[in-house]
Amino acid sequence: MKLSELTIAQALAGLKERKFSCLELTYACLQKIRDVDNKINAFITVCEDNAIKQAEKADKLLKEDKNIFSLKPLLGIPYSAKDVFCTKGVKITASSKILKNYVPQYDATSIKKLNQAGAILLGKTNNDAFGFGSSTENSDFQITKNPWNLKKVPGGSSGGSAAAVICGMGLFSIAEDTGGSIRQPACFCSVSGIKVSYGRVSRYGVIAYGSSLDTIGTIGKEIKDLAYTLKIIAGKDKYDATTLPIKVPDYLNKLNRLVKDIKIGVPKEYFGKGIDKEVKLAIKKAINKLENYGIGVEEISLPHTKYAIPAYYLAGISEVSANLARYDGIRYGETRDNFGPEVKRRIMLGTYALSSGYYDAYYKKAMQVRTLIKQDFDKAFNKIDVILAPVSPFPAFDIGEKADNPLAMWLADIYTVTINPAGVPALAIPCGFTKNNLPIGMQLIGPQFTEDLLFRLGFVYQQLTNWHKKKPEIN
Amino acid sequence: MMKIKKIDKNTVTKISKLAYLPVSKNETVKFQKQLTDILNYVKILNELDTGEIKPTSQVTGLINVTRKDKPRKSLSQEEALSGTASKHNGYFKIKSIF
Repeated sequence: MKLSELTIAQALAGLKERKFSCLELTYACLQKIRDVDNKINAFITVCEDNAIKQAEKADKLLKEDKNIFSLKPLLGIPYSAKDVFCTKGVKITASSKILKNYVPQYDATSIKKLNQAGAILLGKTNNDAFGFGSSTENSDFQITKNPWNLKKVPGGSSGGSAAAVICGMGLFSIAEDTGGSIRQPACFCSVSGIKVSYGRVSRYGVIAYGSSLDTIGTIGKEIKDLAYTLKIIAGKDKYDATTLPIKVPDYLNKLNRLVKDIKIGVPKEYFGKGIDKEVKLAIKKAINKLENYGIGVEEISLPHTKYAIPAYYLAGISEVSANLARYDGIRYGETRDNFGPEVKRRIMLGTYALSSGYYDAYYKKAMQVRTLIKQDFDKAFNKIDVILAPVSPFPAFDIGEKADNPLAMWLADIYTVTINPAGVPALAIPCGFTKNNLPIGMQLIGPQFTEDLLFRLGFVYQQLTNWHKKKPEIN
Repeated sequence: MMKIKKIDKNTVTKISKLAYLPVSKNETVKFQKQLTDILNYVKILNELDTGEIKPTSQVTGLINVTRKDKPRKSLSQEEALSGTASKHNGYFKIKSIF
C-alpha cells in the first residue's frame, strides 16, 4: 500500500515502528498532489517547503523521544485545510478574489491545536467562495473535479477537502459546515466527515459565514480518522465565546463500546419526492445491515423538514450580509467589486431581509421556524437515540448542471441544512455506489454533544462494510 | 400564497447602497429576477403560524459570556496593517466619510 493511502491509525503505527519516517509520509502526500491535482484542482495553495521543514522537525522529535506521541498525538500526519482557516504566513483566500493576496497574521485555534499536536499542514483547499455553494463551482479561482468522475462536481462547499482526502493528498482535512459543507462533499467523494455540535469546536480564525450556524469539523478516510482529529480540536476556547466547557470525550477509546441498546429513527420526510432510487435503496440496505446487527429501527417524523431550506437560507444570508461587511475594501487589500456572483447575491438578499420594514417578515420569521425545527429534533430524540438519513437526495451532479440556477443549487442541500439550525452533530459516511460508480452517503444525527455515540455507531457500520475502503481510479 | 411583486430597479439600487456593493446594470437586471424568485420561494414559511413562538438565535444556552477587561497580547501595529494596500504613517488611510 502506498503511504498516501494510509489512514491515521495505520500511519501512526508505521511511524512508531519506524517502518517509514515523517518525511517519507509527507513526501508521499506531496507527490500525490503533483501526480493528480492537475486533474482534480483540490488545492489553492500548497506549502511544500514548510511541510518538509515540519516533517524534518517531527522526525527529529521522534528520534529523541519514543514516547513523543503522548505529547503530540498526530506527529508527522500530513493534512490539508479548507481555505477559510487562518494560517499564519500562508495565504488565505476563502476562494474569493477579494482575499486573493491576503496573508493572515495568526493561526485559527483549530490549526494551532493541530500543529501543536504535530500534524503537518500541506496546503489550503478549494471551496465555494466563503462557503456559499454545494458544488465548489462558486470558487473564483478553479473548479474542483470529482475524483470518481471528472465531469462531476465534488460537492461543496468543502469540495477541495473531500477530493484531497479520497485521493490521498493528505491523510485528513479540516473544514467548516454551515449547512452541509462537510457532509455533502464527503458523500459525493466517498469519505467520512463530521459536522459537530454548535459550540464543540472553536471558530476563532475561521472566516465567518452564518455565525449562528457555523461549525468546524474534519474529513477523513474512516471514522477513526475523525476520532483522532476531533479529540485535538474540540473544547472550550477563550477566543470563541460560543464554545462550551463540556469535557471532550476520548472518542478513539470509546469506539469499541457496545451499541446494541441504541435505537435508530428514520425520518419519513427524507424519503419523499426528489430522492434518487439508487440512493433510497442504498440507505435501506444500510438500515437493514444495522438492524441485522441487532440495532432497533423505527420510522419517525420531522414535520417541519420542508421549511428548513427557506428558514436556513434566510438566517444564513442575513448573517452573511453582516459578516461580509468587514471586507470594507480597506483592511484586506481588495475592494468589494471583487466579490463573485453568488457572494453578491447573498449579500444583496441578506441586506434586503434585514432592511427596515422587512426584519420581522424574514429574519425573525426564519428564527421562529428555527425553533420549530429544533423542537422536531428534541421530540424525536425523546423516542430514539440516533437519526439515520441520506446526506444528499442524489449522487454527484454534472459540472455546470445547476450553475445558472441558484435556487436549484440550494435545493441540493435539502437533507443537510436542517441539522445546522438545530445545532446537533451529524456524521456522514459512505454507504454505497450507484451503477455508474458514484458514491452514496448516509448521515447519522444525534442530540447535542453525542459525537462519540455517532462515531461508535458509524464504526460498527464501517466494520460491517467496505464502502469506505474503495478508491477511485483517476484517469 | 400571494406572490410578491417583482423587485424593481430602485430597490436593487437602494440595497446595493446599503450593502456598499457595486452592482452593474446587467447585474441589476439579473438580481431583480433572482431576488424576486428567491423571496417568492421563502414565502412558503408563511404557511406556518409563528405568532407566539420565540425565535431561536442560538442553541448553546450560554448567556452573557464575559471576560475580565484586562489588556492582553494582540497584533502589533505593523501586523494589523500588513493586509492593507492603503496606509499612512502606521495608520489605515481611508476616504473622508464626512
